[in-house]
Amino acid sequence: MRTTVLHKSDGCEFVNDEQSSVIIDTVQDSRVLFFKNAPILSGTMSVVGKKEFLGPLGEHFDSVKKDPKIGKKNFEAEEIDFLQSAIIGAIQKANLSLQEVDFLICGDLLNQLTTSNYVARNLKIPYLGLYSACSTMTQALGIGALLVDSGQCKNVVCGVSSHFATAERQFRTPLEYGGQKPPYSQWTVTGAGATVLSSSGQGIKLTAALFGQVVDLGVTDIANMGAAMAPAFVHTLSQFLKHTNTIASNYDLIVSGDLGKLGSDIARTLCLERGILLGQNYIDCGAIIYDNSQKTYQGGSGCGCSASVVNSFVLNRMKQGMYSKVLYLATGALMSPQSCFQGETIPCISHAVLFEA
Amino acid sequence: MRVGDFAYGENSYQLDSKRYNEYVKSVTPQTSTVKSLSHSFAIGGFTCVLAQAFYELFAVILPNQEPDMIGTYALMSIVFLAILFTGLGFYDAIGRWGGAGAFLPITGFANSMAASSMEFYTEGLVFGTSVKMFSLVGPVIVHGVLWSTVAGIIHYIIMLFI
Repeated sequence: MRTTVLHKSDGCEFVNDEQSSVIIDTVQDSRVLFFKNAPILSGTMSVVGKKEFLGPLGEHFDSVKKDPKIGKKNFEAEEIDFLQSAIIGAIQKANLSLQEVDFLICGDLLNQLTTSNYVARNLKIPYLGLYSACSTMTQALGIGALLVDSGQCKNVVCGVSSHFATAERQFRTPLEYGGQKPPYSQWTVTGAGATVLSSSGQGIKLTAALFGQVVDLGVTDIANMGAAMAPAFVHTLSQFLKHTNTIASNYDLIVSGDLGKLGSDIARTLCLERGILLGQNYIDCGAIIYDNSQKTYQGGSGCGCSASVVNSFVLNRMKQGMYSKVLYLATGALMSPQSCFQGETIPCISHAVLFEA
Repeated sequence: MRVGDFAYGENSYQLDSKRYNEYVKSVTPQTSTVKSLSHSFAIGGFTCVLAQAFYELFAVILPNQEPDMIGTYALMSIVFLAILFTGLGFYDAIGRWGGAGAFLPITGFANSMAASSMEFYTEGLVFGTSVKMFSLVGPVIVHGVLWSTVAGIIHYIIMLFI
């Protein structure tokens, strides 16, 4: 019926699909939350490690920490420093002091939200910790926007971080272990991003958010997270377009979190099957953060990936007036190392937020 | 009719994971068998040549030793090199390129132990290094003991009848 080679990358070729679209089970439609007192993105900050700095987007990041341990005694302490400097940087860029921030909403990939909890200890701001794997940034932005929109809070700071060394140790093997990664695996981004949402001021507005549902199409391979997360992205995107009565080309840019090259190709195909044409206005942060020579296979992953790219590259371009309407959907794979060994499939989620200049 | 409008039918409420997984399998890139085999042959073969070179060297230096002892010295030398390379931080690059060749029992085992010890040193010598040292190589030890016990029992039973 249809022969499409959509986006050939790194040896993955698309087969002819002669069947109807893959269906995702839904009980209740997701609800788009529109903000009347839309919060302003008054400060944004991204901090990345050396590998990300050497990637194609290197010059766009606000700050880079080249030493993998920056003088700390372990990688966890370094991740805390990453997140803390991103949050403090964002607050400074918004011309605020720590006393003026009502809430700190942040998350990371580690067990018990170690990084976020220790950052909250250091900053001494009322704190909400979130875990939604790699989609934590959009979840934090959505909740932050609700808090500001309700009129109860003036300034809320949202931040996330991820670190290659700490994530690798928790989810996979020790760093120096000489094992091979499959060609469809991804590389956890070392980086952090933070955004300040304010009730007043000038700038980009966060006008709508949609909290997605957990989608699980039965992918069990822990290395193939792009394929696991693509249906969640497609589901949230189609729900958002349906309830806002828009089509994909109404947006200047649709940003997905960390599907990677393979995952974003799958997402394009799944979207096309259900009549959503993702063209030049679709980018995936995981696919663009590294180039092919950096041996990261399908690209970046981790919540720091989309947070650092959106808070620097995308929002800076919005400030320059290149884009006026950006839909940002981060995706997260909500598995644990134990659940994978127990033979469970990978549940995935995607939350959406809409930025308007 | 706009592009985004069709495809939201009532019949879309069913799970279709099997077909999705078949599709994912068809688009997921796989490692090339020829390439992996040649890489692991190169690295594995090189490790064996190196061990043999150590053996010949020790045979020249220590002419009075038993051949078994010289073999042990050669093995100790390549284990030492594997741990040294792990500590210097490039055994993982060898492993990434060499695959199963770098996973050879003795050097791969040394690398796994050294990598775990280094990784968990941040939790201290007792609760970090000592506890987690065997986290990757535990299965090798368990199955080594288990199957050699089984082999011993089978050997014993066979010897009863011969």
